[in-house]
Amino acid sequence: MNILEISQLSLSFGGVHALQDVSFHVPKDTITTVIGPNGAGKTSLFNCISGFYKPQQGEIRYQGEALKGIKPPKRAALGLARTFQNIALFRGMTVLDNIKLGAHVHMKTGLLGSLSYYGRARREEMEIREEVERRIIDFLEIDHIRQQPVASLPYGLQKRVELARALAMRPKVLMLDEPVAGMNREEKEDMARFILDIREEWDVTVLMVEHDMGMVMDISDHIAVLNFGQVIAEGEPHDVQQNPEVIKAYLGNSDIDDLRKRLNPDQEAA
Amino acid sequence: MRIGDAKQTYLADEAIWTSSTQKIWFALLLAALLAFPFMASSYLLYLGCLVGIAVISTTGLNILTGYTGLISLGQAGFMGVGAYTVAWLSLNTGLPFPVTLLLAGLVAAAVGVLVGLPSLRVKGLYLAIATLAASVFLHFIFAEWEPVTGGMEGLSLQPAHLFGLEFRSDFAMYFIIVPLAILALLAAKNLFRTRVGRAFIAIRDRDISAEILGIPLLKYKLMSFALSSFYAGVAGGLFAYFYRVVTPESFPLSMSIFYLAAVIVGGMGNLLGGILGAAFMTLVPEALKLLTAVMTPIWPNAPVFMSPMLEIIFGALIVGFLIFEPHGLAEIWRRIRRFFHLWPFRS
Repeated sequence: MNILEISQLSLSFGGVHALQDVSFHVPKDTITTVIGPNGAGKTSLFNCISGFYKPQQGEIRYQGEALKGIKPPKRAALGLARTFQNIALFRGMTVLDNIKLGAHVHMKTGLLGSLSYYGRARREEMEIREEVERRIIDFLEIDHIRQQPVASLPYGLQKRVELARALAMRPKVLMLDEPVAGMNREEKEDMARFILDIREEWDVTVLMVEHDMGMVMDISDHIAVLNFGQVIAEGEPHDVQQNPEVIKAYLGNSDIDDLRKRLNPDQEAA
Repeated sequence: MRIGDAKQTYLADEAIWTSSTQKIWFALLLAALLAFPFMASSYLLYLGCLVGIAVISTTGLNILTGYTGLISLGQAGFMGVGAYTVAWLSLNTGLPFPVTLLLAGLVAAAVGVLVGLPSLRVKGLYLAIATLAASVFLHFIFAEWEPVTGGMEGLSLQPAHLFGLEFRSDFAMYFIIVPLAILALLAAKNLFRTRVGRAFIAIRDRDISAEILGIPLLKYKLMSFALSSFYAGVAGGLFAYFYRVVTPESFPLSMSIFYLAAVIVGGMGNLLGGILGAAFMTLVPEALKLLTAVMTPIWPNAPVFMSPMLEIIFGALIVGFLIFEPHGLAEIWRRIRRFFHLWPFRS
C-alpha cells in the first residue's frame, strides 16, 4: 500500500519550473529516498507535501485522501512531520522545549490553561514530558543536553534534536531533508542507525532527501530520482544505480563505469 | 555553590521555584513588598505604584514583542482603551474594581486583536508602523468621541471600590496594584512553561517552520496581541484609578516608546527583564531629579543647568546599556546570580 501518492505535480515560480509533472509513490513502512542534483526540486517537493508551496497542477494523496486545500498545521496534525535542510530549531528555547513543541498538535491546553497551569494544563504538560523523555530522549541518546539552549549545541546534535522534535509530532510519514549533510562519518552512521530503528520501532514511513549516496543505497527500500523538476527514474536502489538516465543526470555523459565507482565507493575498495 | 539539585518527579523539575533557597528569597521579597508601604514616604509610595503599573504593561508588551517577536507601538493606545473603559464604567455603573479592571482588559484585548490583524502579512518595522497608525487612530477617538470619552477635557472618576471599601490614597492603591503585578507575572511565567507560550517563542524564532510543525500563525499571533493588550488594558485601568482623571494626553505616543524601551533595556523575552526595565525607566528620571536637588546647595545653578540635561543623560544611559549589555538588565542579574552559584569557585 502506498501511504503517499504524488501524481502529475507541477510547480512553477514565474518562468522557473521547479517541478514538472512529477509522479511517484511512497510505499508504507519503507524508507523512500528522493535523490537528484542540486536544484532538481527535491526540497520544493517537500514543501509541496508540507503545504508550504501550492502546486499549480497535480495532486498529493496521503492515506488515500487528497491533501489539496489543507493548511500546513493541519497536515502536521495528520501525521506529516519533517525536518529541514538548514536546521530550523527554535534558538531561544532549550532542547526539551523544542522537542515538546513538536507535540503541539497533540495537546489541547488553551490560553487560560497555559496562564493558570492548573488541572488539565499541568497534567497534559506532565504527560508530554513523560512521553518525550521515555520514547524520544532516551531513544536518541540526548538526555545529557535536554536543558541546554539549542544554539550552544554542535551541528550533529542539533540535527538529532530536530529529528527528536519531528518524532514528538507522532508522525506517520517522517520527512527528512538531508539528515546527514555536513556530518562526519561517525555521526552519519549514528543517524542511519536511528532512521532504521525509527522505521522498525515507531511504525513510521520515512521519506528522505539525501546526497550521501553510500547511505542512500544502504538504507533505502525505494528511490526516486529527480532532475530539473522531473522524475527520471524510480525503483529499488539496485535498479536506480544501473539506470543510464540517472548516470547521465549525475555525470552529464554516459560513462557508466565512472559513475558506478562514484555510486559504489565500497565496491571499488574491495 | 549549589549542590543536591536532583529532582524525583517531572513536576518538581518544571516548577517555578526549584530549590528551597529560591522559595525563601521569594518569601523575603513578598515580605519586603508588604512592609514597603508602611515604611516608605508618600513620594516613594507614589513611585512604587507607578513602577507596579509599568511592570504590568511592560510584561504585556514583552509577551508580544520579546516573546512573539511582533513589534508594537500601540501599547499606550491599549492602556488608554483600558483607562477609558474603567473611567466610563466608574461614572455610569456601580461596578467594583475587579469587574471594571477585567472588563478594561477584555475591551483592550478586543481592540488589540483588531490591531493585530495585519500581523499575518507584515512584520518587523512595517508592523511597528501599522500599530503606530492604530495608536494615532485611538488617540483621535479619545479626543473626538465626546459623549463617551469627554473629549479633550477627559473624564474624572470615583475611587476604586470593593465591598464598600474605597481605595482613595496611594497607600490603598498599592494593595491593588502590587498583587495584580505579581499575578500578572506568575501568569506569564506559567504561559512560557506550557504549550501556548512555546508556540509564541516558536513564531518569534522561525515562523515558517512553526507553521509546518503545526502552529496556526494567525491564531497565535492574535492570541499574543490579545493577551498583551489585556495586560495593557488592566495597567491602563489601574492608571485611571490611580490618577482618577483620564484625558487623551494621558497616553501619548511617547508612552508607547517608553514601554518598548523598557522591554529592550530590561531584556527582550525575559520576564525579569520586564520588571527591571519598567523600574529602570520609571525610577532613573526621578533619580536624576533627586541628584539635581542634592547638587543645588553646592552648585546653585544646578537646576538651570540640569533640567534640559535630564533627557540627554537619560537617553545616554539607555544607549550605554544597549552597547555594554545588549541582552538587557536581566543579563547583568544572571551574571551576578551565576557568580554566587559558583562561589567560591571561579567560572
